[in-house]
Amino acid sequence: MNKTKKESVVSRFLEHKFLFTELVKRDFKKKYKRTYLGMLWSVLSPLLTLLIMSLVFKQFFGNRTEHYTIYLFCGNIVFSYFSDATNGGMGSLIANSSIFTKVNVPKYLFLFSRNVSSLINFGLTLAVFFIFCIFDGITFTFGFFWLIVPILCLIIFNIGVGLILSALFVFFRDMQYLWSVFTTLLMYMSAIFYTTDSFGAYEKLFLLNPVFVYIKYFRIIVIDNSFPSIQYNLLAIGYALLAFAVGSLFYKKFNHKFLYYV
Amino acid sequence: MENKNNTNEKPILLLDNVSIRYITGDFKEIGIKEYILRRITRKYHVKEFWADRHITFSINRGDMLGIIGTNGAGKSTLLKAISGIMRPTEGYVEIGGKIAALLELGSGFDGDLTVKENTYLRGAMLGYTKKFMDDTYRDIIAFAELEDYENSAFKHLSSGMKSRLAFSIASLVSPDILILDEVLSVGDGAFRAKSEAKMKSIINGGATTILVSHSIGQVRSMCNKILWLDHGKQIAFGDDVKGICDAYEKYLQTKVLPENIQGAVN
Repeated sequence: MNKTKKESVVSRFLEHKFLFTELVKRDFKKKYKRTYLGMLWSVLSPLLTLLIMSLVFKQFFGNRTEHYTIYLFCGNIVFSYFSDATNGGMGSLIANSSIFTKVNVPKYLFLFSRNVSSLINFGLTLAVFFIFCIFDGITFTFGFFWLIVPILCLIIFNIGVGLILSALFVFFRDMQYLWSVFTTLLMYMSAIFYTTDSFGAYEKLFLLNPVFVYIKYFRIIVIDNSFPSIQYNLLAIGYALLAFAVGSLFYKKFNHKFLYYV
Repeated sequence: MENKNNTNEKPILLLDNVSIRYITGDFKEIGIKEYILRRITRKYHVKEFWADRHITFSINRGDMLGIIGTNGAGKSTLLKAISGIMRPTEGYVEIGGKIAALLELGSGFDGDLTVKENTYLRGAMLGYTKKFMDDTYRDIIAFAELEDYENSAFKHLSSGMKSRLAFSIASLVSPDILILDEVLSVGDGAFRAKSEAKMKSIINGGATTILVSHSIGQVRSMCNKILWLDHGKQIAFGDDVKGICDAYEKYLQTKVLPENIQGAVN
């Protein structure tokens, strides 16, 4: 029973492959408003943030952490991808309500396509990140290929959170303010510009924050040049699957109710 | 194809005791704060009503069904259930083929995208393939008479141009079941005639068609089956086009619903 159900979801997605690519194109074009500087801007913006943070914490606060710029950068790219994908994905259902109230299409397509634009953005900053790694004297090893694990986890995690948020946003229009407050809070709790070793016994509490888990995964591979433990991998994968499962359940439950709320 | 006779006998669309409960009320566009406040002050009102109740009918391949009824009869909601946009609260809909619903053609475009981009997006929404769009794109633009506007932003088009484009894309569908909600013809003068001719050629091409129209004359001349809805109730259904349409017109004048009419469900 379950198997046929699963296949039908896949075949339904494939059926709408063309629509999906058109939606991705649309979201991408709209995001960059047809300017090439727009795309450049999405790389410049995190770089400027990085520059400011690096100046503030290195020069003013005298942070002496090794590879501190890269340490910051790891936190920044992971967090901005998370923030961009979830904040943008939240509105994807509402923004496309004029489509799904008139055509019978799988509604998650709108969220997925919005996530693809965020992912492309993330890919661009990731490229800049690697360039910075070279400048900072970090040697590339085959271990870098392991970055695919946290990246895949992030993609799935962001889609999962986006599924939950976009559904909630249909019902409660003040979700966007609550979520932006929450993301700010989460940013300060994700150890982007500080290190966690000063927290002693409480350090483990950071692992409750999935975004921190993914940031740290990056740092372990890029800065420490080592591999996270199996438990750590399971934790990272677990968060992603959990978010995705909860998000899918939300959609399954509310799929036919969205129509009444838009 | 082998059991063609078989599929011919089986209805292409079957609605069995379909009821759709609709909800309206204070829940739209509110926030958590307001929701909780209204809950506490007991000002949170949700009204439930049956937009359609116990609708039962079936049509066969090649039929042309006209759905008539005054505003709020539940016609649009029923079309949404048939096209799969909405799920019936009770009962079920059985469909024996590909379905294309042309509902409110003008909306759902993106003002910031160009005419070309919107054409592809709309085509994708209607279930066309990329190859099909590449092949027919020129025809669509030519039919809509928008050759000079391909790369302008959609928001810069006049509303007449917008509906011309919408119609031109939609008119390429070749479904087994075609649902038309007041879209038989659009635009002005010449284009109106052109679009009506195009629509008729699709209908004559053998598609099973469901037509919702406020023009009773149109329904009389085109349809071979009639479904009459009133406040969600099925007043009549059947192939007695003249009888049902006469009764409907009489009802419009007297406001008294007929009794003992073909296909009534209580």
